[in-house]
Amino acid sequence: MKRVVITGAGTINALGHTVPKTLEAMREGHCGISELEFRDVDRLAIKIGGQVKGYDPETRFNRQQLALYDRFTQFTLIAAREAIGQSGLEFSGELAACAGIILGNSGGGMTTLDDNYRTVYEDGKNRVHPFVVPKLMNNAAASHVSMEFNLKGPSFTVATACASSNHAMAQAFQMVHGGLTPVMITGGSESMLCFGGVKAWEGLRVMSKDGCRPFSANRNGMVQGEGAGVFVFEEYEHARARGAEILAEVAGYAMSSDASDIVMPSKQGAARAIRGALQDARMDPSEVGYINAHGTGTAANDKTESAAVADVFGAHADNLMISSTKSMHGHLIGGTGAVELLACIMALRDGVIAPTINYEDADPECALDVVPNEAREAKVDVALSNAFAFGGLNAVLALRRFH
Amino acid sequence: MSIKERVIGIIAEQAVLDPSDVKMDSTLEDLGIDSLGLVESIFAIEEEFDISVPFNANEPEQSDFDISSVSSIVAGIEQLVKEQS
Repeated sequence: MKRVVITGAGTINALGHTVPKTLEAMREGHCGISELEFRDVDRLAIKIGGQVKGYDPETRFNRQQLALYDRFTQFTLIAAREAIGQSGLEFSGELAACAGIILGNSGGGMTTLDDNYRTVYEDGKNRVHPFVVPKLMNNAAASHVSMEFNLKGPSFTVATACASSNHAMAQAFQMVHGGLTPVMITGGSESMLCFGGVKAWEGLRVMSKDGCRPFSANRNGMVQGEGAGVFVFEEYEHARARGAEILAEVAGYAMSSDASDIVMPSKQGAARAIRGALQDARMDPSEVGYINAHGTGTAANDKTESAAVADVFGAHADNLMISSTKSMHGHLIGGTGAVELLACIMALRDGVIAPTINYEDADPECALDVVPNEAREAKVDVALSNAFAFGGLNAVLALRRFH
Repeated sequence: MSIKERVIGIIAEQAVLDPSDVKMDSTLEDLGIDSLGLVESIFAIEEEFDISVPFNANEPEQSDFDISSVSSIVAGIEQLVKEQS
């Protein structure tokens, strides 16, 4: 089996419009969650989110492109340009024929849907723009990246709610690992921060009105974010031969299904995914120094996740660090695992552990080292990234420091 | 503005050309407008004149609406505006 390394990373999210800006914000424990700004926000009970601010689409794309790109596609292209640019790869000939793109996404072009439903239902119009379908379909981002970079290999979009990006990256890993292609582009994106998107989430009554405080006893729900994270997964020898900079090694993954409840998480399902990822990567649990938690800030997730970690790691659970960067960038739903992988790369490559900010009160049901409020320097050899979705679909990635 | 000028304005915007460069005998192909550009132009024309244009992208030749040149499009729109207003 082939070794798989990461040779490019790109992002845009509430913490920054590039990877360096995002990592800087994570190191500083900056909070990207703020007042939402969009039409009809005054009719929402939830008015905060990890919204991408200071972003002008017209400086990035021309008019014809914007007619076809929903916000989630725009974010994906911006992240893909940064990642592929960093990798230095150009896709032509044989490489183009086998390299593809696998992305995670949950809601598709929610803003496009929202705008056009408003047109026909609220404004009473009987005609919508002809590009509504190609703009809202949730494979649009993968398709546009494939067109911009000439990726002609296996390309598709994975939808497993909050675990979409991790499932997508696991799939891309598997393709490079198995020798199907030397390069895959992968990650995910989401943009549900529009009136209809947030209104739907409000209905479930799991959202916080005042902030995301994962693992803190006074947590009161999740806060949505938006953005994208995109990575270049490359076969190690291929990367080495061309002298590429290696950010980290992807060592393994596991996926599991709780098969129990459409919204409530299960300790057993989460534990099976964590344990499976360690086995797949041939790692001893004691090697794990950092876990990027799913850590949504809901009552149910954080205690279930803490219990699963305690279950898998036993006494070592007290030695490892586990933080939820959702406290800073919000929950990007289908894109969240991709942005969170950046925190794993920072831990492995830079020896900086991103904090769980807004941590105020210890919760005995989440009695782990959650790296409260301030980033920490630590040498970490192995990091895990957890994602546990609504619908009970779990995916955990295992990464190693490259040396 | 006449119907002709308004239609030419929409086609010119789609083709990213100056309206003076859109000739009556130009075809959409001459102007670099592809199939997506065509449906977007028809949408813009429907919005501009509040009419419904009978055009099916699956069988453009079978449609009652002749898109073979700028002049045929203008004539078609003039007819539809007369019928539907």
